[in-house]
Amino acid sequence: MNLLDTVLRCLATLVVFLTFPLVIGQTEHKVMAHMQGRLGPMYAGGFHGWAQLVADGVKFAQKEDIVPAGADRRIFQLAPAVSLLPYLFVLLAIPVGPNGFVGQAVDAGLFFVLAVMGVGVIGKLMAGWASANKFSLLGGLRTAAQLMSYELPMVLAAASVAMAAGTLSLPGIVDSWQWYWLPWQIIGAFVFFTAGLAELQRPPFDMPVADSEIIFGAYTEYTGLRFALFLLSEYVGILVVSALTAVLFLGGWHGPMSDQLGWLWMILKTFALAFVVIWLRVTYPRLREDQLMRFAWAVLIPLALVQLALTGIIKVAIS
Amino acid sequence: MSPAATLLAATGSLEPAARSFLSPTGQEIVFLLVGIAVLGSAVVAVTTKQLVHAALWLIVALGGLAVEFLLLTAEFIAWVQVLIYLGSVVVLVLFGLMLTKAPIGRSPDADSKNRWVALAVALASAGTLVTLVVDAFRTSWIDLGAGGGSAAVTGASLFRNWVLPFEALSVLLLAALVGAIVLSRGDKRRVPAPRAGKLRAGRPVGSNGTVAATAPRTAPEAAGSAAGSSDAPSAGSSDAPSAPAASEES
Repeated sequence: MNLLDTVLRCLATLVVFLTFPLVIGQTEHKVMAHMQGRLGPMYAGGFHGWAQLVADGVKFAQKEDIVPAGADRRIFQLAPAVSLLPYLFVLLAIPVGPNGFVGQAVDAGLFFVLAVMGVGVIGKLMAGWASANKFSLLGGLRTAAQLMSYELPMVLAAASVAMAAGTLSLPGIVDSWQWYWLPWQIIGAFVFFTAGLAELQRPPFDMPVADSEIIFGAYTEYTGLRFALFLLSEYVGILVVSALTAVLFLGGWHGPMSDQLGWLWMILKTFALAFVVIWLRVTYPRLREDQLMRFAWAVLIPLALVQLALTGIIKVAIS
Repeated sequence: MSPAATLLAATGSLEPAARSFLSPTGQEIVFLLVGIAVLGSAVVAVTTKQLVHAALWLIVALGGLAVEFLLLTAEFIAWVQVLIYLGSVVVLVLFGLMLTKAPIGRSPDADSKNRWVALAVALASAGTLVTLVVDAFRTSWIDLGAGGGSAAVTGASLFRNWVLPFEALSVLLLAALVGAIVLSRGDKRRVPAPRAGKLRAGRPVGSNGTVAATAPRTAPEAAGSAAGSSDAPSAGSSDAPSAPAASEES
């Protein structure tokens, strides 16, 4: 019974892992198009091009899988998996609803998700180095620099929530969430979401894949399914960062009738945040590399420290 | 219940128990297998001639260590290991390797003549550590209850029993941080004098300009060469900025 339960939970997580990113991708196609006064995909599948990403997937699967002659073959082929799989493990630990509606409850869940998300970047570094291409190498370098700068504010902002809740477990944090955490942790929410965006290399933080300078950064040499896996990892990343922000700062499943409809609130909050991610992509121009670094070290880290101090003071005052 | 008693209850007693080493449980077998994998990848990491492969094998070794921590129910330590070592230290190493354009394939200069010395030092430190741990625990048996290494237990033991070492370590890290900043800022006095072009821009175009700029130079120049400074300007040059540079040296 216990084993069956575990297997079912893992299978459900896998289904979410395979479908939700596609929904986000299709939403991005349509939302971007409408914000730019276009229609976006209209033909694939009939109704408003709903099957566009399925068609894209078929196209990717048909393409030849090319490994450059000068590349480090094995590392080049391994990189997409290293980039994608950590997000699957992170999804397993994100609580969706009350009363144990979570893939697997991890005791130090907050640390688990932050740690495992950091591993995914190694895949991008492997891709950048193993491609034997100077644009890929530059992309990999920028990825590494960006990750190391933005990891710190992200962890600090998450630590602020853990201090407020007095636990590292993600279901525990949502359980102890109160409405007044929203104004209390608002700075932390901004820092966490922005740093998460930078960690995903989404615009306006997409210097590592800046197409006008270095083609597509670490992914330049990839084709076919391996390239599709990198794209998929970006969209799973959007899902994970949005869900984590919802869990830590927006109260996860809290809402009217949260006992029955908790999962619905969680999914709504996640997709609202995913919409904001897409919105930011259409709105802001790309930050230059030095602006990127200055923003992390001179804006986000001081803000995160202010939030940490504020959380500590209020926590001591109300307890 | 006092914190020490909580800790003891969570980690189990240290009394020697009648357990046999010849009938291992599944957990112990997995622990041993992962340990062998960690040892193997660590050996490959230091012997491979491909620089980036060494860093990647280091990932396997450190990740395996995290699994070992998990098997010992030290969940919090395991995730910290992944966050710090895999997520930051190895990324930093890879960043450095990329910055120096580590080649694909074998590096001919990857071998060092110190490898036998390194082997001796590694064996000696490993021997010391193994002796220490074996001598400290001997035949005592620690029962691993679930949750024995959870964040709550780790935090309680760290901040109730081991506060002083913890704080001493944080001061050490702060000192390292300040030292890194001081080193990277460099010495302000060694900033080279401004280039000639900048000074010349402010000089009046009159006929006396050159004479006025060279005249006060002679005295500090003599002082500079008397002090044995190799940076003293040669007598033939008539560069205006050499005057403030020489006066700073003396």
